[in-house]
Amino acid sequence: MKEIKEFEKDIASIRSMMERSVKFISLSGLSGVLSGIYALIGAGIAYRLIYYPLPPFGYFHISILDHPASIFNLEITAFLVLIASLVTGCLMSVHKAKRQQTTIWNATSKQLLKDLSIPLGTGGAFILILLIREYYILLAPTCLIFYGLALIQAGRSTYSEVMYLGLTEIILGLASAVFPGYGLILWATGFGVMHIFYGAVMYFRYER
Amino acid sequence: MKNPFDNLDKILERSVRLQIMSVLMANDSYDFNSLKEVIGSTDGALASHIKALEKEKYISVIKTFIDRKPNTKYKATERGRKIFKAHLDGLEQLIRLQKK
Repeated sequence: MKEIKEFEKDIASIRSMMERSVKFISLSGLSGVLSGIYALIGAGIAYRLIYYPLPPFGYFHISILDHPASIFNLEITAFLVLIASLVTGCLMSVHKAKRQQTTIWNATSKQLLKDLSIPLGTGGAFILILLIREYYILLAPTCLIFYGLALIQAGRSTYSEVMYLGLTEIILGLASAVFPGYGLILWATGFGVMHIFYGAVMYFRYER
Repeated sequence: MKNPFDNLDKILERSVRLQIMSVLMANDSYDFNSLKEVIGSTDGALASHIKALEKEKYISVIKTFIDRKPNTKYKATERGRKIFKAHLDGLEQLIRLQKK
């Protein structure tokens, strides 16, 4: 006959197996903080290209269309921020997985990518269309809303903070659609400040 | 009151089997290598426990091919889910009784 201690251990192991087999636990919070910093640097460059020396909001008196030559620079900046964030996220998650003695490519990470792919793919294609059609005013809300939807979808296969970050991004995205002149500020809040905040929360909760 | 030990299942007394069933309760299906990784067991031990669960019809096996390589997935059956739930209830009752 088993001891009561062993029954408790059984229950604990059931809980941990259910959790670990569903959730991708190697996602690095620290890489979220770094992505947030890249986004803020990117937003700073965008501010210089669009608004400088005026304050960073409003679209009646100024817009990117006043600086057609800057549009290409802006696109390069956005692309570099995206690539730097992806590379940092992958590398640091591989590192975290090693420390947890697991691998990065497993059933949970595949599920996570599957969850992310449709909303991010749709959003990415939509953003390219906006760029081609020159609907620049819609860029910030589109980035925020599609990214938020992707994170909410992904939230069920990783830490729950990801889902809350997704909700925050959607709210900021809707706000930036209502106040188009504040797109850059709200984009910097969503991709910069919020990444740093939720990344730090994840770091302190799961990585220390 | 019914004796809580009646709910406990002999097959699930082995902790690796309990872990396999936990993973299959939480997921639609899971393949052999992913099971091995999440449970942290050896090939041989995992295979023999899977065989035992399969024999009792707690799990079903789905054999498919990915790029011509065999890929075996496992699913919890209705019977397996029922017995697992009853076993979990039994464990909880026992712990509660002990704490009174």
